[in-house]
Amino acid sequence: MTPSPPPDNPTQAAGAAYAVELVGIDKRFGPVHANKAVTLRFAPGSIHGLVGENGAGKSTLMSILYGFYQADSGEIRVRGEPVRIDGPEDAIRRGIGMVHQHFMLVETFTVLENLLLGAEGGALLKDGVAKARAEVEALERSFGLEVPLDSRVSDLSVGEQQRVEILKALYRGADVLILDEPTAVLSPPEVEQLFQILRRLRAEGRTVVLITHKLKEIMAVTDRVSVLRRGEVVAEFDTAATSEQALADAMVGRKAALAVTKGPANPGPVLLEAAGLSVVDARGVERLKKVGLRVRAGEIVGIAGVAGNGQSELLEALAGMVPVAAGDIRVKEAVFNAASPLDPGKARALGIAHVPEDRLRLALVKPFAALESAILGYHRDPALAKGPLLAWKRVAAKTAALMERFDVRPRDPALRSSLFSGGNQQKLVMAREMDREPDILLVGQPTRGVDIGAIAFIHEQLVALRDRGKAILLVSAELDEIMALSDRILVMCDGVITGDMPAAEADERTIGCLMAGIAQEAA
Amino acid sequence: MAGVAAGTGEEIPGWATALLMPALNVLLALAVSALVILAIGENPVEALRVMLVGALGSGGGIGYTLYYATSLIFTGLAVAIAFHGGLFNIGAEGQAYLGGLGVALVCLSLGGWPWYLALPVTIAAAALFGAAWAAIPGYLQAYRGSHVVITTIMFNFIASALMVYLLVNVLIAPGQMSPETREFDPSLFLPTMQEMLAAIGLEIAGSPLNLSFLLALAACALVWLLVWHTRWGFALRTVGANEDAARYGGIDPKRMIVVTMLLSGALAGLLGINEIQGVQHRLILNFPAGMGFTGIAVALMGRAHPAGIIPAAILFGVLIQGGSELAFEYPTISPDLVVVIQGVVILFAGALEHMFRPAIARMFRPARGRRVEVA
Amino acid sequence: MADAALWLLSLLDSTIRLAAPLVLAALAGLYSERAGVIDIGLEGKMLAAAFAAAATAAVTGSAWLGLLAGIAASCLLAGVHGFACISQKGNQVVSGMAINTIALGLTAVLASAWFAMGGRTPSLEGAARFGEVTLPLAGTLSGVPVLGPIYADLISGHTLLVYVAVAMVPLTAWVVYRTRFGLRLRAVGENPAAVDTAGISVPALRYRAVLVTGVLCGIAGAYLSTAQGAAFQENMTAGKGFLALAALILGKWRPWPTLAACLLFAAADALQTRLQGVPVPGIGEVPVQLIEALPYIVTVVLLAGFVGRAVPPRALGLPYVKDR
Repeated sequence: MTPSPPPDNPTQAAGAAYAVELVGIDKRFGPVHANKAVTLRFAPGSIHGLVGENGAGKSTLMSILYGFYQADSGEIRVRGEPVRIDGPEDAIRRGIGMVHQHFMLVETFTVLENLLLGAEGGALLKDGVAKARAEVEALERSFGLEVPLDSRVSDLSVGEQQRVEILKALYRGADVLILDEPTAVLSPPEVEQLFQILRRLRAEGRTVVLITHKLKEIMAVTDRVSVLRRGEVVAEFDTAATSEQALADAMVGRKAALAVTKGPANPGPVLLEAAGLSVVDARGVERLKKVGLRVRAGEIVGIAGVAGNGQSELLEALAGMVPVAAGDIRVKEAVFNAASPLDPGKARALGIAHVPEDRLRLALVKPFAALESAILGYHRDPALAKGPLLAWKRVAAKTAALMERFDVRPRDPALRSSLFSGGNQQKLVMAREMDREPDILLVGQPTRGVDIGAIAFIHEQLVALRDRGKAILLVSAELDEIMALSDRILVMCDGVITGDMPAAEADERTIGCLMAGIAQEAA
Repeated sequence: MAGVAAGTGEEIPGWATALLMPALNVLLALAVSALVILAIGENPVEALRVMLVGALGSGGGIGYTLYYATSLIFTGLAVAIAFHGGLFNIGAEGQAYLGGLGVALVCLSLGGWPWYLALPVTIAAAALFGAAWAAIPGYLQAYRGSHVVITTIMFNFIASALMVYLLVNVLIAPGQMSPETREFDPSLFLPTMQEMLAAIGLEIAGSPLNLSFLLALAACALVWLLVWHTRWGFALRTVGANEDAARYGGIDPKRMIVVTMLLSGALAGLLGINEIQGVQHRLILNFPAGMGFTGIAVALMGRAHPAGIIPAAILFGVLIQGGSELAFEYPTISPDLVVVIQGVVILFAGALEHMFRPAIARMFRPARGRRVEVA
Repeated sequence: MADAALWLLSLLDSTIRLAAPLVLAALAGLYSERAGVIDIGLEGKMLAAAFAAAATAAVTGSAWLGLLAGIAASCLLAGVHGFACISQKGNQVVSGMAINTIALGLTAVLASAWFAMGGRTPSLEGAARFGEVTLPLAGTLSGVPVLGPIYADLISGHTLLVYVAVAMVPLTAWVVYRTRFGLRLRAVGENPAAVDTAGISVPALRYRAVLVTGVLCGIAGAYLSTAQGAAFQENMTAGKGFLALAALILGKWRPWPTLAACLLFAAADALQTRLQGVPVPGIGEVPVQLIEALPYIVTVVLLAGFVGRAVPPRALGLPYVKDR
């Protein structure tokens, strides 16, 4: 099954206009090339899937179509006509509606008020209300979108809130409806309900663009699917003529295996163990569902998975950053749970070091000098103090040494943390966390936003730490990285560990399937 | 609030942020005052001369200037230390008021002690009372999520009502009409700078400037050590800049917030040493006289650093002293001109601090082409 | 009995007079804060308006021109606040503080420079001041028992601006809950991203809200110096702006409960002057200062969430940065 070249849509009868065409869309955010000359065409009356890993450029592309960002170059055509979309108001006027991943609803408002916002139909609300009520009720009936119009949005379930978002777009006359990861927050029955709605929209001749990374959903509901990788359209298929396997291959891509030289692991005793670990987020959604794992001294355990499937929560729970709803964490001999929670201070005292996924949110303080960021979490270390005072000279010397060892550039301990490049910031954090020879290292996305040269260096350091008999738990969205570094690989999907295998027995294909939650067929 | 003390992503050398931005603020404030003076129909250049001569042209003038600066250093430090913890303490005025109460209570009960023995006790009382008044807003911010800005404003009014009640009904000296306590025993009066320097053979003009000025400088040194050279200060600045990173670093942000407010209140309370034990020698109504609010301008202009707060406090001391001289010379110009300048400084150094940043950043960006900020 | 009735009537009458500026200022704050812009600068805008109104009325002899000048002065400061908070995304509390300070100083400086009366403006008389309006039939009906005096003394006989304040409450309730502007106003204070994705400009909406705040603060200030009083005095607002802010919080950012809070505070104020030195049966002499501080204490207790919970608009104080 070879992917067809992206630009043209062979199934589309010649001459038939597309609902929307994106032609040669290019967008950069500073050094990040988010979209590279992307061309996509959406046929009217169809459901078009857009798949890709996190950071593949799907959301940026759709935000350009909705007017949130402007493309650096390229053209947008609506029903064949080139248009300029400078803001959401233009998109709405052209009949483009968007359901954002994070709902754009006013929670204290009723459903009807949310529907009216921006489409009030007059200076006084009462003029619009009656008309809106009648129209919306008609929409509800024809698309099966029942929502109680006079309820407060905050009282609705997530599925109902999503229907409000869809109604909002339809009430504004959306002909093309973009849904960004709409199923991320839904339960399986709600997903099925959503698909029913989408099919009815298609039957009414509307165009649906579905952004997702769940291949099963693509197969279930779309007519056509485009695969994005690193800002480019790498493949396009008629859904009927493809398979999850082919999509997974296209999504992950075949990249040259990363060259990491490492000898066989020499695992020792279990240093870190989780049993029945559950984490519930602020919205009450269970992000981690009874997860168990063990990490031994002298091995790297890698966790593969599409972002947002519980890996972040797992990592932060083990570091004591998020509270645990149920289950135990055992660090060496010490046991922690909801009743006696782990916290970052205790974790560090027990020899856990943590390189978090989002270094700017957690691991560095942007306005601090590098030497200050270099002691975050270790500022109580008596070796860095002189009586009651911090011995800055010693800290500076130590930071300089760290910078030397981890090749952080520029080698200026006094430079503000925010002024280092992403790769150098990461090396600084890695240096701080690895310098104290922790028994356990938790590391998330170690090479995100890091230049190629630094990637190999960071990988070498991790392997060296393993060889010194330390336990490493690695979370990465880069499958290559997981494959290259891990001695054992766990796969997570939807808050559950769906696979557990020695790295030697793992292949990309199997892991890709497990990541997408299609374990049954593949494994 | 972190934005007040912490920098943003723009690339400006540290010295430029430290010198250029305050200088720009002073110029803007002076320009605005010049406009006001013009609107009044007087000559701004001449007015400036009178102010400078009044504030710095004589020993007495300098004494008054530094006496005002003493109070402003205390309140400026109070506001600044809260800034570093990401808090905006508008309540320095009320905390200073309560601090004065503490000083007065100690002085009234220690009659006859020599000042040098009483001083540690009065300092402790001033700090304790000031801290106590800041404790509730701090606690409510940390554990109940009530915004510290609103609660400290409310506590200023409550402090004012409380002090009126105490002075009118409880502490008033018997057989007296005006609501103030009796005068303390003269042995408790802090020595004036004139007396102190006379002891080593130096003669200066008389002014209210007293030992508290040295205390204020010592407080600056202590705050500097505390904030930039201790683990606690490191934790404080981490919480102020990024609470999540603080948690990651094993710091409890809630506890830090409470302790920061206690320290801030304690520093504000020390104003009572200067005003009550140093100058008034009795507790009177309204003695903080807005110094708590001026402290906000001082902290913003001094970029929340003692090395900036001292000159900023002296600058405002010049404005206050020069302003009253100016009002004396020109009956048309009210001493409240200082308040206008104070407001303009708060506006430009605080609320509009980012307005000039891009322009200054451009000045310092070498010709290596514009770099687009990463979203 | 009759004495008590008269006492009560006069208490209520002063309550209304004292409540009017609080109501106007609190409703002013409602527009800004409902749109997500914190306004601790109500005090300063009122003060500036009080001065501008009194000065203009003194010079022109027209209370109406004074009112316009008051509104203009207040709107100018509101514009500065908007620029700092909306366009420059500056710290909203610091900006409000700056506006209070500038207004406090500038009014004092200009008053003493222009009028040379030690910070006062000349006393206003005749058309330079808003006089009391006698409602129709007040004289005729005053003989009717109970209702007559209530109509003649309590309802009739206030200045026009008091009636404006009274009318402003239902008007605000109507604007906020029944109009397109109100819907968008409430939305932008809760979730500006929802407003933005609906194709509505967040800054334009917030600027409009802040200007409405300016207008209402302007009326409140003009009331102080040209209707309730007859001249401007230094710092004549004396914390009324903060009291209004407290009333707004106590009223949970809703018009009618805010009115109730304003009336409560005004009644406490009216009572305080009447209770001075008078023992209350069963309690003894209540310290005036306690009554004075009560509104602030109540606000702190409410903010602490021990009695009910004042949930502010969710986006209050946060500059809107387009971000996904």
